[in-house]
Amino acid sequence: MSLVLDNLKKSYREPGGGRIPVLNVPHFELQTAEQVALVGSSGGGKTTLLNVIAGITSPDSGRVVVDNVDVTGLNEPSRDRFRALKIGFVFQTFNLLPAFTALENVLLGMCFSGKGTDSHRATDLLTRVGLGHRLHHRPPQLSVGEQQRVAVARALANHPSLLLADEPTASVDIANQNTILDLIRDTCRENNVSLLLVTHSPDVAARFDRIEKLSDFNLSEKASGGR
Amino acid sequence: MNLVTIAIKSIKQRILSSSLTALSVALGVMLMVAVLIINGVVSDLFSQPSFGFNLVVGPKGSDLSLALSAIYRLDRPGEPLPYLFYKELKEHRAVEKAVPIAIGDVTEQGGFPIVGTIPEFFDLDYAYNKPFRVCVPGTFLKTPWDAVIGSRVAATNGWNIGSEFKLIHGGAESDHIHDEKFRVVGVLAPTGTPNDRSVFVSLAGFWAISGHEKPLKEAIDRLEKFRYPVPQSLRDKAAKPNKAHDAHAGHDHDHELLDEQKEVTAIFVRTKSTVAEIALAGEINEDVRAMAVNPIFPMKRLMTMIVDNIKLMLLTLTSLIIVISAVSIFVSIYNSMSDRRREIGIMRALGARRETVFTIILAESALLCLGGGVIGLLLGHGLVAVASPVIEARSGILVNPLSFEPLELVLFPVLLVVGSLIGFLPGLAAYRTDVAAALSE
Ligand SMILES: Nc1ncnc2c1ncn2[C@@H]1O[C@H](COP(=O)(O)OP(=O)(O)OP(=O)(O)O)[C@@H](O)[C@H]1O
Ligand SMILES: [Mg+2]
Repeated sequence: MSLVLDNLKKSYREPGGGRIPVLNVPHFELQTAEQVALVGSSGGGKTTLLNVIAGITSPDSGRVVVDNVDVTGLNEPSRDRFRALKIGFVFQTFNLLPAFTALENVLLGMCFSGKGTDSHRATDLLTRVGLGHRLHHRPPQLSVGEQQRVAVARALANHPSLLLADEPTASVDIANQNTILDLIRDTCRENNVSLLLVTHSPDVAARFDRIEKLSDFNLSEKASGGR
Repeated sequence: MNLVTIAIKSIKQRILSSSLTALSVALGVMLMVAVLIINGVVSDLFSQPSFGFNLVVGPKGSDLSLALSAIYRLDRPGEPLPYLFYKELKEHRAVEKAVPIAIGDVTEQGGFPIVGTIPEFFDLDYAYNKPFRVCVPGTFLKTPWDAVIGSRVAATNGWNIGSEFKLIHGGAESDHIHDEKFRVVGVLAPTGTPNDRSVFVSLAGFWAISGHEKPLKEAIDRLEKFRYPVPQSLRDKAAKPNKAHDAHAGHDHDHELLDEQKEVTAIFVRTKSTVAEIALAGEINEDVRAMAVNPIFPMKRLMTMIVDNIKLMLLTLTSLIIVISAVSIFVSIYNSMSDRRREIGIMRALGARRETVFTIILAESALLCLGGGVIGLLLGHGLVAVASPVIEARSGILVNPLSFEPLELVLFPVLLVVGSLIGFLPGLAAYRTDVAAALSE
């Protein structure tokens, strides 16, 4: 089991006092190497959910279990280390540090894991996402689609067990959207990585076997059983 | 890839503002290094533990002026002493060695001070345990027209064994050039002391130049003051004004000078012991005739009263410059923080810990400070290299641009601490970054 969420609740304090609930996930499971599209209305809490899973945001209550480790039970430094080792992140835009070349951005993903950097693997990953000829280009010299591919390569740098992608194709055209989507899905499959991908696009969602809808602060009940 | 390379990357990313801030540190450090080096040379020069002798005997007056004129040849000499006084002192039981010098003239070329002395001068160490060495072998002052020159004189004037030169009487401003020519017979190895820029001739040569035979009246007065018997022949000569030697008149040095007519500027004395030094100094200073000074004391006074204070002032100023540069580094880094929230958020999402991003910012400002420091160090020595000919020309003090002050080493830990302090607040901002918020920007 790659990911288990239990009774997960998150709310934010309102400016006037009181709290607005953002997340309420009674139960959710993701099998190893399973791929799920997460859809829902804007402001529905999708990004918040990814942040909670990654240990960036703490839930009010409930449990997040990644790879049989209860992330919510870890202290912050351990959570950071855990995130470096087990979770890959791809954002909608601005994934990369502008001062670093494509290769260095991937190495950066390795250097916080405490396992040391492996430029062989980084080069290999970049070659596999089709950027073998762009290793030493910096982000401003890359197209948005190319930047997203670097982000995918970086997300997989530490052999994570879970890839969290937050609208990774929202800022590229349709052709690129499919390329990147295929890239993410194929590389996850090849590396036995589970994928939780947030999207607004019905087309993108339609390509997934399993689609979860996060609306009204509730992950739909039917999701709890998994496939 | 490690934290330092990450820090270097982000310095490079803002290369213009980074290099400007580092430059401001470099300028502060440059000034500080220059001050330290020059001050170090000046202190070394004025606080030699030993000059090969422990007393300078000269006319009554300021002890500092005596040291500055006799040893450093920076000040005009005072009233001379009769040569007879030297002969008397030489035989004193407390004296191990006494060497007279006569100064006041300079070379026509370069204006280097002429020191009339005796060959034994070169038997005294020029600094503690450092004997004089000639770099071009030659004889020391055998005839009145022999000259031994310091290394600086040789280098500046391009003189070597066999070179001939003339003197100007009483300082380079005067236009009275002596006709007599001296010939270089020896060149001293560099000593790093005022001897490097001195020209040594024999006392006989010094006296032989016209104008060094004092007006007889003055000489007689001085002999009387020093309670020496005045020979009748001198009184006779003085009584006949037509034959008297006027300061700049005759070139009448074929005849032998009487010892009574000879004069010296100062006498370097090495006593047999410290006790003997105190006894001798006391004895001389009680008398109205002359003064004995251990040059260390007036020089120490000069150091503490003037040189140290100037140093303190300059160091304070340069420290302020460094503080101002530090503030500008702080402003530059702090301003960049808002642009970097997203980057910090990404690094945290990649698993960087709060401490890690804090350290990166700290390393960045420490690197800027240290880098500025290293550049400043090089620039400082460069500045000294550029300034040293000017300093030497104006003060006669030799400054080696490569000489190194131990305090320079202290600069680096200080800069490291300053850099860390500067980086602390921006680092704290990085530490506190709300990752979810930073990522949603
Ligand atoms: N730090 C915060 N403080 C208060 N409210 C917040 C905070 N972060 C998010 N929210 C609120 O939580 C809700 C969920 O936000 P979230 O970003 O998770 O939505 P989303 O599903 O990712 O939306 P979108 O599809 O537009 O990206 C929103 O209403 C948002 O205003
Ligand atoms: Mg979102």
